[in-house]
Amino acid sequence: MIRVELVKLVRRPRTWASILLLCALPTVVAVFIAVTHVAPSPGQGPALLSAVLANGTLYPVSLMAGDAIAGEATSGMLRYLLARPVGRTRLLAAKLISVIAYVLGAVVLVAVTGYATGAGLFGTKPLLVTPHGLAASSIATSLSGTPMTPADIAMRTLGAVAFIGVSMLGVAAIALFLSTLTDSSLGAALGALAALITSGVLVALNSAAVVSPYLPTRYWLAWADFFREPILWRNIERGFAIQGVYVVVFVAAAWANFATKDVTS
Amino acid sequence: MIVTRGLTKRFGPVLAVDQVDLDVREGDRFGFLGPNGSGKTTVIRMLLGLVFATSGEIEVLGKPIPSRVREVLPRVGALVEGPSAYGHLSGRANLALIDAAGRAGGRRTRRHRVDEALAQVGLAGIDGRPVRKYSLGMRQRLGLAAALLRAPRLLVLDEPTNGLDPQGIREIRDLLVRLNEAGTTVFLSSHQLAEVEQLCTRVGIVNRGRLVLQAELSALRPVTGRVIVRSPDADRAAAELNGQVASRDGDQLVVTGTDPAALNARLVTAGLRVIEIRPERSSLEDLVLELTGPGADRIDRDAGQPGDHPPPATGDAP
Repeated sequence: MIRVELVKLVRRPRTWASILLLCALPTVVAVFIAVTHVAPSPGQGPALLSAVLANGTLYPVSLMAGDAIAGEATSGMLRYLLARPVGRTRLLAAKLISVIAYVLGAVVLVAVTGYATGAGLFGTKPLLVTPHGLAASSIATSLSGTPMTPADIAMRTLGAVAFIGVSMLGVAAIALFLSTLTDSSLGAALGALAALITSGVLVALNSAAVVSPYLPTRYWLAWADFFREPILWRNIERGFAIQGVYVVVFVAAAWANFATKDVTS
Repeated sequence: MIVTRGLTKRFGPVLAVDQVDLDVREGDRFGFLGPNGSGKTTVIRMLLGLVFATSGEIEVLGKPIPSRVREVLPRVGALVEGPSAYGHLSGRANLALIDAAGRAGGRRTRRHRVDEALAQVGLAGIDGRPVRKYSLGMRQRLGLAAALLRAPRLLVLDEPTNGLDPQGIREIRDLLVRLNEAGTTVFLSSHQLAEVEQLCTRVGIVNRGRLVLQAELSALRPVTGRVIVRSPDADRAAAELNGQVASRDGDQLVVTGTDPAALNARLVTAGLRVIEIRPERSSLEDLVLELTGPGADRIDRDAGQPGDHPPPATGDAP
């Protein structure tokens, strides 16, 4: 069944259209920077691209995961798959793996595209990193940073990509759970986005500080810590942990709901 | 092949299926009839393990459902509430995906199975265009092909001839009879009573969630004791048979108190011409209409049902 789901993923026009759009995003950003020179100095690629990755993949990921079960219900194929029979747990597992493949594939492809455009437009010379790390502040203070070797950049970028991938899995788990609740894939995707927006608002709200360590978006920006010198592990570790909890809880909820649900679509 | 005991399904306050005891035997061509919303589809979904019964037992191919669906369903082909397919893929790709789903048959023989199923439903020469460009009839055939993929012992078909033209309906009927003669039990629901009359050997009729009748079709169409005669000399025939004519419609008379042979001899002796003469039989349609109320898709202003219909099965709602 896993193979079937992966074949379906690969043969679906939507998969490639969304990845193409995602890859276009860093390219557009890079071209603007290269043309106008109003930009971070050469080699700021990785940090900027991570930002593009996290915000850009959010929408297609929640769409894909929200579509997992609800989409089959809408197309009427859910009843035929289950009557084949495909066990419900097995179907859900196959969907989850297909979503993971999409998330990681999309994140990696966007990172590669970004790296290629970045390298093509700005070169691959060693770059300067600020103590603060963020791209916006680095323009003025880049001279105070420490130099990084290309191998170092590669490792840090890999870490950031992995972190963002896992964060996106947390999103996917929420959308997958909603996808077992409703027969509308758009409803499930929008529900997941609504949850994230709420989480984002609460993170920014000082009076909600009590709950903020447990919110899914609390450590999203911690990927930037991979580009500090030395790497600031504290928030990265917490980010990985909280996303792990979200994935486990929501996948379990999705399974509990789907395994006992009357399929009337 | 299919046995249910006291099968009941409640959706919230609505009692969709109420104490249904189905008995479909091996080799049957079983017609499952009833108005819209009478619970046919819910029963079919429960047989396939899609919907879980509130109470009661189900056995398909001698094994309990839903606990043993993994052993049972590979030998069951199903068409539930119309065919479905992935619109962006070709019919062949769709069948290959369905075939690969679940306990896959061998990959090497997949192509062969797909081709065979397509040939059975008359789509052997189908090209690579996506299913979303198919006509309704082609989709219906593709859905049937998916049901036939693994040479099932039992076919559960919900409205199998929906969307087909008269030739297509005939083709599918012949196919189902052929499969049945080769040993496949066929369980189908349909609104087309004439269809069911021609195809099925047994019928079950549901009304408001209850199985109101289950019997051999041949036992359900008794002669009424009356004779139908058509004659160009209907006026004189009516005069000749004065007192025995129950009703008249143009050149057709319904005659009581005689049998066709004696009536024919009498009319011919009197010099009257006869075009057609046959014993009157109650039709399946009459029977179904007599046993069932209006479908759930008919909403009358008055909440109460007319007196000649059975009391609503949902009467025990809180």
